[in-house]
Amino acid sequence: MEMVGGTRLAQIFTDNQTDLLAEWITQQHAVASRRGLVGEAELRNQFSQFISLLLAALAASDNVDFKKSNWQEVRAFLADMSGQRARQGFSPVETAMFVFSLKQPLVVRLRQHLVTEPAVLADLTWTVSSLFDELGLYTTEVFQASREQVIVRQQQELLELSTPVVQLWDGILALPLIGTLDSARTQVVMENLLQKIVETGAAISIIDITGVPTVDTLVAQHLLKTVAAARLMGADCIISGIRPQIAQTIVHLGVNLSNVTTKATLAAAFVVALQRTGKSVLVAGAQDNASRSGAAGMHDSSLPE
Amino acid sequence: MERIPILTMGKLLLVTIQVDMHDRLALTLQDDLTSRIVKDGANGVLIDISSLDVVDSFIGRMIGNTAAMASVLDAQTVVVGMQPSVAITLVELGLTLSGVRTALNVEKGMALLTGGGAR
Repeated sequence: MEMVGGTRLAQIFTDNQTDLLAEWITQQHAVASRRGLVGEAELRNQFSQFISLLLAALAASDNVDFKKSNWQEVRAFLADMSGQRARQGFSPVETAMFVFSLKQPLVVRLRQHLVTEPAVLADLTWTVSSLFDELGLYTTEVFQASREQVIVRQQQELLELSTPVVQLWDGILALPLIGTLDSARTQVVMENLLQKIVETGAAISIIDITGVPTVDTLVAQHLLKTVAAARLMGADCIISGIRPQIAQTIVHLGVNLSNVTTKATLAAAFVVALQRTGKSVLVAGAQDNASRSGAAGMHDSSLPE
Repeated sequence: MERIPILTMGKLLLVTIQVDMHDRLALTLQDDLTSRIVKDGANGVLIDISSLDVVDSFIGRMIGNTAAMASVLDAQTVVVGMQPSVAITLVELGLTLSGVRTALNVEKGMALLTGGGAR
């Protein structure tokens, strides 16, 4: 069935624009303000803008076709509104209702005006109905796309946030890993670490896996890759933060970590790193005890092995 | 023919690769370096690959082999200045150069060689 009567519709609705707006807002306001996501002024602004765009598009041609260029502005407005709502946390239904809730007030107006022309009434009702279906579907589609964009952006941010390389001391870097280590993350971790080694001229880097929930063969392989890459750049690696369960898993899986220095805690690894770079930490004012406290530190670090 | 220069510093040999490495060049370098180690009686070799942006498996293996050959001739070898991208590529290719010593830059590599020589 063809969708015609655009100009007639535009004419009927232009006369009742204020009434329409008021009715529509009452309906929508209940949804939006309950969630406290949009203010009434903003809502009113959005509605009046949408109605004027809609009427302009209807008036432009008698043949109502949402895909034509005279609907470009309506499409742009809906895309904008839908994307905004996606970011504000509206549900898909609430977003689609922005469009669908205008249907009822429009049909009521049509009925009042065309009480004497049943055939025209049927045609126009059909036009309005199909048009709003298209508008609603378009809104939902854009909504989904915006949500997916949000998800992709969050994934990227998470990836960047989760792989910080921190400098503990002159020439000593630490890489606290949190979360599972998959191939994509290993790549990012490796690149960050190597870049930082070049920037700081670090001789030792400590990879702390306290925050890695499980170590399977794949994760271990990724760890060893990172260690090998750092070694090629001339930096030694120490793996720290190995929990008892993980130590057991590693041995049961037969993963060979014998080429890498491993420590139970970051503190123990730091002591080793200081030793290798020819530094030591002294307690202020207790220099006679320096050798003793050094020995105590050594003792601590050797305990977890 | 194009050649990579080998500089002598006392008992050390210094090789700086500053051109795109291709297979023939790598093989020539291997020949030159081994004969220079024997001729000069060098006890240390420093290979600077900081200008090398791209490696393939062949070049990666050549670097490893060259270092191994130098070790056989009783000269310690240090590979210095590897770019992060090169390191990642080599690891992905499975070439970890496990017999080769590495350092971040020429200065640290030199310290490793002279310090290691004294030990």
